Amino acid sequence: MGRYVVRRLGQLVVVVLGATMILFACLFVLPGDPVGQIAGSDKARDPAVIEQLHKQYGLDKPLVVQYGTYVGKLVTGDLGTDYTQSRPVTEILGPKLENTAKLAVAAIIIDIVIGISVGVLAAMRRYSIWDVSATFITTLAIGVPSIVLGMIMQRVFVIELDWFPLIAGDSFEGIILPAFTLAIIDAALVAQLARSTMLEVLRADYVKTAVAKGLPRRTVLTRHILRNSVIPVITYLGISFGGLLGGAIITETIFNWNGIGLALIQAIQQNNNPIIVGVVTIGVAVFVVLNLVVDLLYAALDPRIRLA
Amino acid sequence: MSRTPVTKHDEGDGMTSLEMAPTDAGADGAAPLLEVRDLHVEFAVRDSVTKAVNGVNYSVSAGETLAVLGESGSGKSVTAQAIMGILDSPPGRIAKGEIFFQGQDILRLSEGERRKLRGAKMAMIFQDALSSLNPVLSVGFQLGEMFRVHQGMSRKDSKAKAIELMDRVRIPAAAQRVGDYPHQFSGGMRQRIMIAMALALEPDLIIADEPTTALDVTVQAQVMDLLAELQREYNMGLILITHDLGVVADVADKIAVMYAGRIVETAPVHELYKRPAHPYTKGLLESIPRLDHKGQELYAIKGLPPNLQAIPPGCAFNPRCAMAQDVCRTDVPPLVPVTELDGTELPGRHSACHFWKETIHG
Repeated sequence: MGRYVVRRLGQLVVVVLGATMILFACLFVLPGDPVGQIAGSDKARDPAVIEQLHKQYGLDKPLVVQYGTYVGKLVTGDLGTDYTQSRPVTEILGPKLENTAKLAVAAIIIDIVIGISVGVLAAMRRYSIWDVSATFITTLAIGVPSIVLGMIMQRVFVIELDWFPLIAGDSFEGIILPAFTLAIIDAALVAQLARSTMLEVLRADYVKTAVAKGLPRRTVLTRHILRNSVIPVITYLGISFGGLLGGAIITETIFNWNGIGLALIQAIQQNNNPIIVGVVTIGVAVFVVLNLVVDLLYAALDPRIRLA
Repeated sequence: MSRTPVTKHDEGDGMTSLEMAPTDAGADGAAPLLEVRDLHVEFAVRDSVTKAVNGVNYSVSAGETLAVLGESGSGKSVTAQAIMGILDSPPGRIAKGEIFFQGQDILRLSEGERRKLRGAKMAMIFQDALSSLNPVLSVGFQLGEMFRVHQGMSRKDSKAKAIELMDRVRIPAAAQRVGDYPHQFSGGMRQRIMIAMALALEPDLIIADEPTTALDVTVQAQVMDLLAELQREYNMGLILITHDLGVVADVADKIAVMYAGRIVETAPVHELYKRPAHPYTKGLLESIPRLDHKGQELYAIKGLPPNLQAIPPGCAFNPRCAMAQDVCRTDVPPLVPVTELDGTELPGRHSACHFWKETIHG
């Protein structure tokens, strides 16, 4: 087990290096000067200032050297300095990551509560009006892009009904709409997944055994059916949580949520490369670590899984 | 308590005639432990109705082993599930009949009362122990669950009981293996765990649904011997569902042969092998491969088992039967006592064939 975790964390290093290397290469070939914007508007630009800025951020050096410098700093936990504010990237992204995490946790709770309960109820009342509606609504939810859904929700619940604040801030009400927008597709997918795994488990021989043992219905349901049904769902949730933490770009933009997704969009618009690299580095690391957590959890829930 | 056999003919679909037969009380004359009377089970899916069990009668006494023999789809497992009360319902439903267990008609009990019988008074062993044990719970937990649920025992005590049971079915190093999961055991060991689970609360009736089919031949004998030994020790009634004539011969006291949801023949085990009184049974016996017939073609009953949504009128076996006459295509043969040519009764023997005389004596 210990060796398995060490090996997987070793993979993390390889994945982060690979991802950032590709990103560096991409940013390098992009047109436009990264420091152009801070050097002033096109006409007023002083070549001496640009040269000075290039020196300051090491942009005068070859790409390989720039990448080497980045990796060297990364080892010490330093993600470099951004171009527009001249502040450490970690300092800028820290609170934004916290905001994104809040949103992601809220979304995953919605996924679990709505997704699993809808899926379980649909499976238990198969072909009933509830089941058919659940299938219809979840399919619809998967089909509607979150940008459309988010804007409709904003229009209806914020502008028309005035139930929620337009600027989310730190309030509890503020998080509800963005969390729903972010969660809805995954909640629908979780519901469909939970329904199909539960239908499979309901037919399993060991469920018949549990009934034949004289166990009360509730015990059969919770101990023998639900537990086996949620294992694949947990895997899915873990992976999607990684995706959410990597930045909910669209949702954060619609609701002006000050997270790393919004930071990424702004950084791209401003050619603020250190922020872009920082967000990707954090995203990749979070994703890989969460995948590891999911695999460990999977092994803990299903004894047939061997970690090797 | 003696029961008068009634023979009644239902007109109509020609499949529901009530044959009263193997209600013979136990050897000692006491009321049987279990008595199934005129049981009909249907599965209604959309517009079609599958008639899986069409008037089954059988009984088992304490300490007795009844083997129920038949092809897949003959209704033997469905009958067992109806007795246990674990039919998939819907779509399954008991259309008619009574199931007397220890003197009471358990079909009239509430679901709560039925549940208390399951596991405690009657238990079932399934065919495939790997899929019938929960893969994510340890065997100790699953064994102990019997005591915790039915007797309110603590986790610690129930674990000790689980180890005791595993010892009882001769699983080596039971104390070390109690926390292991089903996939960590061999097929034979898993089936022993199933047996241990069924025996946990010392039930009066055990239904074993093809308990050895999924096992290697060498292991089959061990598991079957263990089951037979424990049955004798606890004086339980045993219903052994199988399609394997070899398994039956050693352990069963009597046999009921099922075809298309009905019992077509009953007999004490050795008599059935010697002199079958139904063409279907005869065909089954002849289809066992034999060494002294080496080089010859294997015998097979021609045709296929009937579609249970459209059972042929008359005798359900008639399309496959070499002896079939016009009467077989119109009249359902009742299950009648089989006698010697001189009229001497053959105890426990019944056949549902218009031409049983020709079959057994011809």
